Amino acid sequence: MNLLEIQHRMLDAVMQPLTNDEQMQPHNRDGRSMHDVAAEFIKPNDRLSSFERLEIYNRQYWFRVLASLDEDFRGLRAIIGPRRFEALCKAYLIECPSESFTLRNLGSRLEWWLRSHPEHLQPRAGLALDMVRLEWAEIEAFDGAAEPVLVPGDVLASDPDPRFRLQPYVQLLSVHYAVDDLLVAVRKDDSDSEMASNAVSEHGKRTHLRKVARQKPQAIFLVVHRVDDSIYFKRIESEAFKFLKALREGKSLSVAVMQAFEGRDIQENKLLTTVQGWFENWSSLGWFCAPNSTDQDFISASGRQS
Amino acid sequence: MPANPFNGFTDFGVGIGLRVPHYRHILAEKPVVSWFEIISENYMLDGGRPLHVLDQILDRYRVVQHGVSMYFGSPEPPNREHLKKLKTLGKRTQTPWLTDHLCWGSVDGTYSHDLLPMPYTFEAARHTAQKIREVRDFLEIPIAVENVSSYAEFHVSEMTEWQFLTEVVELADCGILLDVNNIYVSSRNHNFNPLDYVNGVPAERVAQIHIAGHSKFEKYILDTHDHPVIDPVWKLYSRAIERAGRTATLLEWDDKIPSFEEVHNEALKANQFVADMAVTS
Repeated sequence: MNLLEIQHRMLDAVMQPLTNDEQMQPHNRDGRSMHDVAAEFIKPNDRLSSFERLEIYNRQYWFRVLASLDEDFRGLRAIIGPRRFEALCKAYLIECPSESFTLRNLGSRLEWWLRSHPEHLQPRAGLALDMVRLEWAEIEAFDGAAEPVLVPGDVLASDPDPRFRLQPYVQLLSVHYAVDDLLVAVRKDDSDSEMASNAVSEHGKRTHLRKVARQKPQAIFLVVHRVDDSIYFKRIESEAFKFLKALREGKSLSVAVMQAFEGRDIQENKLLTTVQGWFENWSSLGWFCAPNSTDQDFISASGRQS
Repeated sequence: MPANPFNGFTDFGVGIGLRVPHYRHILAEKPVVSWFEIISENYMLDGGRPLHVLDQILDRYRVVQHGVSMYFGSPEPPNREHLKKLKTLGKRTQTPWLTDHLCWGSVDGTYSHDLLPMPYTFEAARHTAQKIREVRDFLEIPIAVENVSSYAEFHVSEMTEWQFLTEVVELADCGILLDVNNIYVSSRNHNFNPLDYVNGVPAERVAQIHIAGHSKFEKYILDTHDHPVIDPVWKLYSRAIERAGRTATLLEWDDKIPSFEEVHNEALKANQFVADMAVTS
């Protein structure tokens, strides 16, 4: 058996789901005895059979990847409950094993996968999907790139209709449930449970969950961003959301304004005041990037023509 | 003077792994630490807190990068995106050397996120050495490979683990990160004398040493990095520096992480063995 054959066989065994009592399966996917499969390439010793030695890796794999998803999707776990969450994670990982060198990306396809497996989320599929999207946006916002911020001295050059770039880490999210409030509450309950009992924590989560789930679905527009390396969820109006989305898509200022207020009857001075207020607020949060060498529309604060 | 050709940094002394629970203490108290080892993958990011903290650490301390996912023994060629991110981080940290494991962990782009053991064959040694050379040529940073703890052995193996390690590092012409705790763990799991291992590796290639604690189960030992270093591992450490000379040494503590002082004090015990070596030599 050569190196590649061993690696294929071992990885196949290691990634095979565990039994309900967290042991290696007695048979592989082809129905062969795992004792026979393991014995073909792994030596036994005086204490452990080939099966038992392979099982150590099989268990380590599942404990590691499940712990990673558990850490990244505490909100989803709170919504569907820990047992169903574990079953969901196992099913997801069987169909979507890691394709990245880092566990950070393990949940990158979870939303996509859940859209074709809503049975894992019933009866709160909408709420649960919103939560998954928020939790993934949080991961992206946590370690996404930050470019130098636009400062007041970065003045517009000749182009009267410039394009503004949003910081790569800024995440725009449109949801139907108050998952931002729920996630904050879940985190607080988890944190409190370090000082109190798990029962108190679980009771708290259920209370918050019922409160959010009872609410009628409504359009909520969120920006997931960071300040001083801490993540924040900021709710914004629908016009502001459309405006930011247009800027993210590379639209010019005038097009972004048009898309934001499409169908709205608004006076020009009111529109200008609104947009100016957005810019003041968002600039103070550092959401806009300074001009770089590819920007044609700006002169940077240092006076350099970009 | 370096103790050996692959150990140009004998003044590094004893360091510890940089871990999140210690961030606040290190940044606030600025303790005297010879150097920190970082897990490269935790900082191969585009931005955010991890890089912000790393930059503050780099302002004050020397940092060496240690990877957990290069998988020199995996069948596929090195992932270009991975290498580019690693090289970018290397430029940021100015790591004088870079380490990763002598293992595999992925096949056809599917990742186990584990350090899976190699079959000790000449075919595997040639394949692994070639990949180490490719990675080193791309990164332009000296590389040392670490022996892993293992829980399984393969029928096809043609040599001992330390012979395999020697074969790989000589074919690749790279250094060794000798993990004496891993040697101890594997020796108990596979019934060999750990001193044979320490005595069997080419001492002139030992660039760095790892020490750590582990967990003992009924039928095997697991490399958990959640305990102090036990005496038999210190004895292996003593023998390793006796053979390799003063060598950059790093304590790993990754789970149930105690206070910074406790981890640092545990690491600094290594200095006593260095002093004993100086007295007896």
